[in-house]
Amino acid sequence: MTQHIPSALTDLPVGLLDRLHTRLAADAASADLLDVAYRTLDSPVGPLLLAATPRGLLRVAFDSEDHDAVLAAIAAKVSPRILFAPERLDAAARELDEYFARTRTTFDLPLDHALSKGFRQTVQTYLPLIPYGHTETYAHVAARVGNPRAVRAVGTACATNPLPLVLPCHRVVRSDGSPGGYAGGPEAKTALIALEAA
Amino acid sequence: MTKIPFETVVARHGTAVLRVCRAVVGIHDAEDAWSETFLAALRAYPQLPENANLEAWLVTIAHRKAIDIIRGRQRQAHPVAEVPERPSTLGIPGATDADLHHAVTRLPTKQRQAVAYHYLGGLPYSEVAEVIGGSAEAARRAGSDGIAALRRHLAAPAENPRITTAAPAHPASRGARP
Repeated sequence: MTQHIPSALTDLPVGLLDRLHTRLAADAASADLLDVAYRTLDSPVGPLLLAATPRGLLRVAFDSEDHDAVLAAIAAKVSPRILFAPERLDAAARELDEYFARTRTTFDLPLDHALSKGFRQTVQTYLPLIPYGHTETYAHVAARVGNPRAVRAVGTACATNPLPLVLPCHRVVRSDGSPGGYAGGPEAKTALIALEAA
Repeated sequence: MTKIPFETVVARHGTAVLRVCRAVVGIHDAEDAWSETFLAALRAYPQLPENANLEAWLVTIAHRKAIDIIRGRQRQAHPVAEVPERPSTLGIPGATDADLHHAVTRLPTKQRQAVAYHYLGGLPYSEVAEVIGGSAEAARRAGSDGIAALRRHLAAPAENPRITTAAPAHPASRGARP
């Protein structure tokens, strides 16, 4: 294609595609075709990716997890019908903002646990029972979920938590008092513990 | 190998499909054509084979949606003895862009489709032929006749003093959304 074509055929009005994209997201939601909606949210621990199905919040991801890779994984595991559609995430974004502003200590959001199962999900659903501002050790959590020998599995469950912050895996620490690993990086974990202790 | 998020499909192909829609159904109906194309594509996306050519697939859907829109327009139209003068529905009246779009809409259907799908949609003529029917050679001839007719239209300097040319459109990415 070496021939040139008139720019009048290729130039598009500024903002038209964004407007059409917004309309597509709305049409898709009303046609029940928006399987996964996502947006990003700036936070003190870096940009967060938030993704939700019609059932609830599906995923919260840190920048270090690579948002494109996270969306690709959701496409493979849940559905490729994914669109940037902030509206569905309004409540989640608001509650996270309040959490970082220290005006919220618990989350009250519908959740979709489709990205975890079995023992990992058992551990992850236990996490909100650790009170705001407190920490528990991996061993303690293992005992609380009824499997005291599964300390490493609790570590894996925390490391693979699809809903960090909302399911507060940052409140689970090593028995020597050091914070331990975190999907958002050890600094983020320390910062969150400090935020809740303030 | 799994399917990319549909958002990436929109980001990669939304621009080219919009140009195609504007050329085939005109500026006025292009937004509906684009919206219906991507909604239908979203519906069918999970069943699409993973090795499918996304651009050709989207242009094929846009082609069908354009036919629906044009048929709907013809159903709405009713015959009158004399065609009344009325403002163009194809853009801002008097603007050279609208004038060119008007010239595109006056091309014979096959030429208009061939120009849109090849030059704006970026499909090779073999794939254009699969969308509009006929041979690749006939599609090439229609595209080349169509672009020549548009050039002749542009070559009338008194009518169109401001029209410039740009490089052929390849599917432009809007980049990853935040």
